[in-house]
Amino acid sequence: MNRKNLIWGLLVALAIAAFLSPFASPSPDGLERVAEDKGFLHLAEGKELIHALMPDYVFPGIASEGLATSLAGLVGTLLVFGAMYLVSLVFVRPKGNAGKGRS
Amino acid sequence: MHIPDGFLDPKIWVGASVVSAGALATAVSKTRKVLEDRQVPALGVMGAFIFAAQMINFPVAGGTSGHLLGGALAAILLGPWSAGLILTTVLVIQMLFFYDGGLTALGANVLNMAVIAPWVAYGTYRLVGGLFKGNAGRTAATFLAAWLSVMAAALACSLEIAFSGTVPLAVVLPAMLGWHALIGIGEGLITVVVVSFVSRLWGLEQFGQKSYAGGEQL
Repeated sequence: MNRKNLIWGLLVALAIAAFLSPFASPSPDGLERVAEDKGFLHLAEGKELIHALMPDYVFPGIASEGLATSLAGLVGTLLVFGAMYLVSLVFVRPKGNAGKGRS
Repeated sequence: MHIPDGFLDPKIWVGASVVSAGALATAVSKTRKVLEDRQVPALGVMGAFIFAAQMINFPVAGGTSGHLLGGALAAILLGPWSAGLILTTVLVIQMLFFYDGGLTALGANVLNMAVIAPWVAYGTYRLVGGLFKGNAGRTAATFLAAWLSVMAAALACSLEIAFSGTVPLAVVLPAMLGWHALIGIGEGLITVVVVSFVSRLWGLEQFGQKSYAGGEQL
């Protein structure tokens, strides 16, 4: 795969996050729906162990809900790309191991 | 189906975390052998795509939505070990920054969506894809792999919740499998479209050839 394809791939991901996320269905997903129907959703209330920066995919401090969602999507997409890249470099291809793959 | 904190009891989430940690350690050592330096960015792009796609909840029926899980997509294009690393990264970012899925439930979420889903997809794809020749066979194999991966993850999720004593299995299992049978159709359609497009782009036309981007045998 060449560099051009990868950049296009990342741009597609960013475009999906920025332009489609505001149109996502607000309905509960499968597990949430089951938890609601079967009466155990309340077990999750107030159990948050960490303070997330953008809970429910909403960027803080933005008045427009659509824009806040778009921004959260863009930030998250870049975070995943960066984290995956770092994890791959540090754990999968650590220095000294480079080039010792199967090829 | 990101499990939040509060649904699982300690013996279940600790157990799931131990299994997931073992699977991840194996994934790192397996991908280390096949992944080449130039292929590293492809894992990041796949992760970015799956994260973005997971934000797009599509309505399935009666006030419920579903979104792509991506385990089948990553496993069919990059291989099941790379898929495990990618999905785990997505889940960790979602948990840390968006509070989607709980901290204690992370091990269970990784087990369901980053280990079980990709492996069920990969196994199904290899098994069914090997039975039929040609494009139609591969499309059917991809769709079935994606659908089954969602059902398997939903089954595992139900078992974890039931064995935690949260709600009886007879109550949670039919409800989970019912909704995810529908969500799995969305997973299947998206996976078929993206896999066929990217396969053509990467020249991954031959069934069973080495992944262009993940280095694993597909």
